[in-house]
Amino acid sequence: MSNTYLAAVLALVGGGIFLSFLRLILGPRATDRAVALDTTTLISTSLIVLISVLEGRSILLDVALVYSILSFLGVLAIARYLDGGLK
Amino acid sequence: MSLLNILAHVFTGLGALVLFASGLGVFRMPDVWNKMHAGTKATTLGSILFLTGMAMLKPEWTPKIFLILLFVVLTNPVSSHALARSAHMDPQEKPDNLEIDDLHGEEEE
Repeated sequence: MSNTYLAAVLALVGGGIFLSFLRLILGPRATDRAVALDTTTLISTSLIVLISVLEGRSILLDVALVYSILSFLGVLAIARYLDGGLK
Repeated sequence: MSLLNILAHVFTGLGALVLFASGLGVFRMPDVWNKMHAGTKATTLGSILFLTGMAMLKPEWTPKIFLILLFVVLTNPVSSHALARSAHMDPQEKPDNLEIDDLHGEEEE
């Protein structure tokens, strides 16, 4: 990957994380924050894969996999909590 | 530059664009339903494109990247369903033009 292209891709992915994280902080209601958390973690997974490919370290792919599993469980737990718990 | 490399760049660029659009949508959209539309569907497409580009860039890592991709594709609809359900239970998020509401109707009886 050339440097300019890499900078553009990193800026786009980082910008997406930044905007959704801003919504996570600002979000007026709890459901907005939960959606923003879901989006932030999913974009971050792609960013971790990009970093692992750039650095040439395949161990970071495991990090990305575990990160996506934990984010899925976290979002599910938050959603069930906002729903009123398990019934 | 080989054909696979060019394709990898195209897929990665498109994926990054869609991921950015998803973040922008979550930031800009007015209510939680619109935010969910941008934040859950667009991230699935963006992840598919981006991770496919990454797998083309490093062909020897394809199995592991495909595992991440499969996990994202399987779990993202589930989490978005749970989020939509929790948003539906929030009375302040109820749309004005919703006339028939079976999910809430059962709860009130």
